[in-house]
Amino acid sequence: MVSITVNGQPLSFDGDPEMPLLWYLRDVLQMTGTKFGCGMALCGACTVHVDGAAIRACLTPIGTVAGKKITTIEGLDPNGKHPLQVAWRDQGVPQCGYCQSGQIMQAAALLAANKSPSSTDIDNAMAGNLCRCGTYPRIKAAIEQVAKKGA
Amino acid sequence: MDTFVTRRDFLQAIAATGGFALAGGINEVFAADPPKYGADGMPNGWIDNPLVFVAIAPDGIVSVTCHRAEMGQGVRTGVTMIIADELEADWSKIRVVQAPGDEKKYGNQDTDGSRTTRHFFTPMRRCGAAARQMLEGAAAAKWGVPVSEVKAANHVVTHAKSGKTAGYGELAADAAKQPVPTGAAIKLKDPKDFRYIGKGKTPIVDGFDMTTGKGMYAQDVVMPGMLFAVIARSPVYGGKVKSFDATAARQVKGVVNVVEIKGTDIPAAFAPLAGVAVIAENTWAAIQGRKALKIEWDGGANASYDSDKYRAGMEAAAVKPGKVIRTHGDVDKAMAGAAKTLKADYYIPHLAQAPMEPPAATAVVKDGKCEVWTCAQSPQAARNDVAKRLGMKPEDVTINVTLLGGGFGRKSKADFAVEAALLANEMPGKPVKVVWTREDDLHHSFYHTVSVEHLEAGLDKSGKPVAWLHRSVGPTLMALFMPDPKVESAIEIGMGLANVPFEVPNVRIENPEAAAHTRVGWYRAVSNIPHAFAVQSMVCEMANAAGRDPKDFLLELMGPARKIDPRTLNDTWNHGEDPSLYVYDVGRLRNVTEIAAKASGWGGKLPKGQGRGIAAHYSFTTYVASVIQVAVDAKGALTIPRVDIVIDCGAQVNPERIRSQMEGAVIMGLSNAMLSEITYKNGAVVQDNFHQYEILRMNMAPRAIHVHLVPGDYSKHMGGVGEPGVPPIAPALCNAIFAATGKRIRALPIKDQLKA
Repeated sequence: MVSITVNGQPLSFDGDPEMPLLWYLRDVLQMTGTKFGCGMALCGACTVHVDGAAIRACLTPIGTVAGKKITTIEGLDPNGKHPLQVAWRDQGVPQCGYCQSGQIMQAAALLAANKSPSSTDIDNAMAGNLCRCGTYPRIKAAIEQVAKKGA
Repeated sequence: MDTFVTRRDFLQAIAATGGFALAGGINEVFAADPPKYGADGMPNGWIDNPLVFVAIAPDGIVSVTCHRAEMGQGVRTGVTMIIADELEADWSKIRVVQAPGDEKKYGNQDTDGSRTTRHFFTPMRRCGAAARQMLEGAAAAKWGVPVSEVKAANHVVTHAKSGKTAGYGELAADAAKQPVPTGAAIKLKDPKDFRYIGKGKTPIVDGFDMTTGKGMYAQDVVMPGMLFAVIARSPVYGGKVKSFDATAARQVKGVVNVVEIKGTDIPAAFAPLAGVAVIAENTWAAIQGRKALKIEWDGGANASYDSDKYRAGMEAAAVKPGKVIRTHGDVDKAMAGAAKTLKADYYIPHLAQAPMEPPAATAVVKDGKCEVWTCAQSPQAARNDVAKRLGMKPEDVTINVTLLGGGFGRKSKADFAVEAALLANEMPGKPVKVVWTREDDLHHSFYHTVSVEHLEAGLDKSGKPVAWLHRSVGPTLMALFMPDPKVESAIEIGMGLANVPFEVPNVRIENPEAAAHTRVGWYRAVSNIPHAFAVQSMVCEMANAAGRDPKDFLLELMGPARKIDPRTLNDTWNHGEDPSLYVYDVGRLRNVTEIAAKASGWGGKLPKGQGRGIAAHYSFTTYVASVIQVAVDAKGALTIPRVDIVIDCGAQVNPERIRSQMEGAVIMGLSNAMLSEITYKNGAVVQDNFHQYEILRMNMAPRAIHVHLVPGDYSKHMGGVGEPGVPPIAPALCNAIFAATGKRIRALPIKDQLKA
């Protein structure tokens, strides 16, 4: 039995502790905001926060996060108005939108740790999150928009 | 849900007046007149009936049905802007409903070829205008005044003389009883009065959902009691399951069933590959079950496909004459008499679309019917394919279209929807979701072709081009549909091979044979990618050989502004458009080239190790040019300080999304040029995931992308947007690398070729 907290809600799971957190979220809890892109921590679409740190849910066995607090895109802000979500919409970032949950979660972890990241800081933090539509320039602009406001 | 009820009422009311049948018949009248071009030439053409696309609820909420698939190009916003503008609707009261696959009802739904706005701008305008006129008619009747005295604006109809006003919601029920204006009775707005079209101020309709995890993609479909499947597919195209042992797979906890899927003989079109499916209670269990399968494959005729050997074969074919596509003058004689000759082979590998959302579909089979939720670019094709495979009538198959997490041509071929239907058929009444993993996506795509483009050019003493020979060798996508074709189709030839407008006195374009050994499909910009890469690289090579500025040389080669009938270039396809309307306008190609050069600071000094490259290309009836500035350090590390890209697609609906499409095309074009490659050993794809099939990451992206839009005229025909940004990128990049380093890249991807 694995006990975890997802977006403030305490939960327990008695299935395979080897099951990646991603499939627990998507298939068992049917919370599909966290996306499946590669299954090998190569694309970042499945990024969630574990005790505030960004991790790839696709390679994280649920057993390894027992007792921890998980935040997904659904829990980032109750009204979808986290400054990054607002900036994402201001900048018109999404094209297909599929990778954007992971991008936003990764960016949120970056800004929580570094309120005014440099261009290189942003590149380094975001390099693990792929976007096939090519929204990188706008993702960066959105992160910079929030960083500027916060600074 | 009340909007749906209203919509049905609205429809029924109008059907009773006969208006529905009248409007539905317009298309058939046009359809009888050959030859057909544009939207008229597409299966099931177009529909402009407001009763099909617009519903207004009593509270004034307008539901607009989008019949084209959203895959990041912004179509759900763009189509809705067109209708809302002519309808004079308040944007805050608009909702978008996604149409299922039903072309008889909606007109053509095949969302590819950069066609949605080009083909549906006018029908959707007419649709919105007709609905507006019905609202005005209802208001005039209500107040007993002439309809000429009332005017709809921003969700309100006003009678200025009496000062009476009525909201759209209030008028909706009466409007439904009005006759549907058709033909010349439809009064379109003057473009100067456009409220949304061309303004670039409308946020995308899915923006909130996409930033909060609420966007519903095919991978995200959830239903009570659903099952999850993954499939082990034949590693080789055309291979079969010789035998399999599912004993261990069935013992994996959560596995519910194991089902064989029969392959289809080549040419297999969009049919599923042979495979063995593991159906389970969750995706993880299905993946574990698949790992435990023991399968013996019979690879068949393509089991020896090997990229290296195939490339050598293409290079050998490229030095010999092939089928002549276009010729004028005497190339051999001119080449023999030339002061200087150049010869180069350009190689572009297979590519996988690799949309961030791997393909997925959920299906339920119940009571002789099948319902599917999937990420289909062409939902009518998916419907036909599912119906055929299950032995059902298409009317008994419903294809619900989710958001597409990227498409790029891959999701035009809905083999994944057929797979889901076949598995659901084995588990009656249960929803079954087929999940493609990234490995599945890369191993079983419908790939961009692979090609060798052989170019030869002759220059006279003054550096003027006198001869141009282009041999294009690559397997055709027609191999999906016909047995063993060996030459490029009119579609591929019309993508920048035949239709090159250069003023050279002696030209010969040839197409030696090549056979397909994998599923060759279409990938954003298709054959424009290799053709533009080779042609625009060669132009720069010629300029260098002649000691000329590459931009000046390119413009000189294009020649003066003039309009060329594409048929005179032996382009018989012309993107499906009327060759008397859609001509090759060299003036527009020159214009985008000149704008790109000027905006980029072309000719201005750059630090050592930096250079600029230029390329221009016409595709999907749109003109694009790009200048890329690169920096290459002593170790050969490549960075891109700046990209300028100019697009002339004619009149614009949503400039903001055109900008985002150009930014994306730059990034995807750079992935093609720098990183991505699909290779084969023993008939199977070598690359498993993004560590081997690389695409651009943020840290490698250009530091700045400047998009420049050439304004257009709404009375003239439109061009495509989704694809034409891609083709100039790879040659502009490689031309810039040459300017910076003197090294000429002729084989993509660049990968480590610049490393010292």
